[in-house]
Amino acid sequence: MFYTPDNLKEFDYYKNLGDPGVFPFSRGIHPAMYQGKLWTMRQYAGFGSAKETNTRFKYLLSKGQTGLSIAFDLPTQLGYDSDHPKALGEIGRCGAVVDSLADFEELFQDIPLDKISVSMTINAPALIILAMYIALAEKQNISLNKLQGTIQNDILKEYLARGNYIFPIKVSLKLCIDLIEYASLNLPKWNPISISGYHIREAGANAVQELAFTLANGITYLEEALKRNLKPALFLKGFSFFFASGNNFFEEIAKFRAARFLWANILKEGFKINDPDLIKFKFHAQTSGSALTLQQPLNNIVRVTLQALAAVFGGAQSLHTNSYNEAISLPSEEAVKLALRTQQIIAYESKITETADPLGGSYYLESLTLEMIKKVKAYLKVIQEKGGVISAYEEKYFQTEIQESAYLIQKNIEDKKEIIVGVNEFKEEEEEIFKFQKISSDLEEKQKEKLNLIKSQRDNLKIKEVLKEIKENAKDSLNLMPLILKAVKVYATIGEICGALREVFGEYALREF
Amino acid sequence: MKKIKVLVAKAGLDGHDRGAKIIARALRDAGMEVIYTGLHQTPEMIVEAALQEDVNIVAISILSGAHMTIFPKIQELLKKNNREDILISGGGIIPKEDMQELQKKGIGRLFGPGTPTNDVIDYIKSAFKDVLYA
Repeated sequence: MFYTPDNLKEFDYYKNLGDPGVFPFSRGIHPAMYQGKLWTMRQYAGFGSAKETNTRFKYLLSKGQTGLSIAFDLPTQLGYDSDHPKALGEIGRCGAVVDSLADFEELFQDIPLDKISVSMTINAPALIILAMYIALAEKQNISLNKLQGTIQNDILKEYLARGNYIFPIKVSLKLCIDLIEYASLNLPKWNPISISGYHIREAGANAVQELAFTLANGITYLEEALKRNLKPALFLKGFSFFFASGNNFFEEIAKFRAARFLWANILKEGFKINDPDLIKFKFHAQTSGSALTLQQPLNNIVRVTLQALAAVFGGAQSLHTNSYNEAISLPSEEAVKLALRTQQIIAYESKITETADPLGGSYYLESLTLEMIKKVKAYLKVIQEKGGVISAYEEKYFQTEIQESAYLIQKNIEDKKEIIVGVNEFKEEEEEIFKFQKISSDLEEKQKEKLNLIKSQRDNLKIKEVLKEIKENAKDSLNLMPLILKAVKVYATIGEICGALREVFGEYALREF
Repeated sequence: MKKIKVLVAKAGLDGHDRGAKIIARALRDAGMEVIYTGLHQTPEMIVEAALQEDVNIVAISILSGAHMTIFPKIQELLKKNNREDILISGGGIIPKEDMQELQKKGIGRLFGPGTPTNDVIDYIKSAFKDVLYA
């Protein structure tokens, strides 16, 4: 099987590709691509206390990482304080624990907020976390227009795939647009949303579904922002995307190129937005976590290298490379360093950064890209016919699609239609033992003590007032951010603020049976 | 013939249920009766569902690292209700030494990443072969 010009009969260079940096940006969003600026090397990190995570951040920066990316623990992601019964056993496990601004102060100790870009994986309580970052910058007299970074704030994919939602879906969407509005007016260098296919893919979707569902979510956010009368010139530059880079090398590259083509065309044709700066598709990539194997873990280093290479050939703006021991734990220091070194070797030694879109024009890759575009368009049409993302979700369209795909992938592995080295072929009896990251056992107690201390030192009358104000205004407020900012500045906790909002909005509960 | 009845449960705050859903479907395809709890279940909710549905086995999926808290808590609650006969098993991102420690406490087999669904099916079938399954 090979590809020839016959596979590209409909192909037109200017229509399908264009030069790098030129509409429709299939070849990349900058004319010089990595010769102009390398991708940001941004390892997602966070575990234990704010202090431990701060130490890991400094370690990564000392090894040449160029941006930060914070993982928060699950209680934080779901708006519970460390002393909430549901937080038991979960504190600091999947990320850093944050209860109040006091934790943020420790998290960013000695890190210059005006110089380093920071990405935050937080969704349901995104307004509160961004408010803490702003409050911290203000305390340090750093002008808000110097803050650079990204907040994930992609609540739709939490319902579709990741499961970290708090409120009913329409309330959540309103809060998401509050953040976009606030950031577009006050934080010019901030990306107020990172529309994420990664979690959809990791939940079991294939590459086509990942791209289609993510673009559909992106369109939904754009429509909601326009309904709020936000100006595309102000908010669209802040739209960024996030994808997985999996094992199928060429399919992944085709996906990234197709994503740029589709987004630019959708915005131009569907929304009549013509400014090239507003329709450039920027994305972060992370190598696929679910592709990592527990068996023969060192093999993961090779997998990650290939997946990272696909992201670079695909023109990523920033990249996280997974650590080889992540199928069993949070990564240890030596493993995360090796993952970062993998990116540095690609960036500095391989020379593949010397030209933009080096694979452009390949019969095979261009065919795959065209095919990807076609398949994604078909999905987008179905979603549109169902009345958009929310109604398609409510009829369980995405959930069913993702589950079917996940089951098929598993079956293919078990039937050996897909070979995973060390898992279903080339197996070894001896299981290798390797170091992994442990969470200190006294963390929960220490964090609860810290929380109590904060509560005893702050002005609790002010807390009572501001929480009351939030409850009274939550339903009718045009934008909740100013009130939330007021609350975090007096050290109201994430659990208190989310608790107040839970009282007003209620919780979303999905029953499976 | 009575079917083996399984409660597949997502314990704690972890939202990753790809594995739980795959296991639920594979067990169903293998002829068992399967109930999936959905996300964000506390040990109390899981045990309540297990009692109400009168299951033979509770299969917990957990990737968040909270396993050393959640498994013992479920075990304790089942004991309190005199249902120590319900087998507690599960899987997820659980280091081997933690698996061993939990198994010492009387938790059933725990499965890690890369486990073929047939291994889980065989384990459950063999655990209940005398009682239920032909």
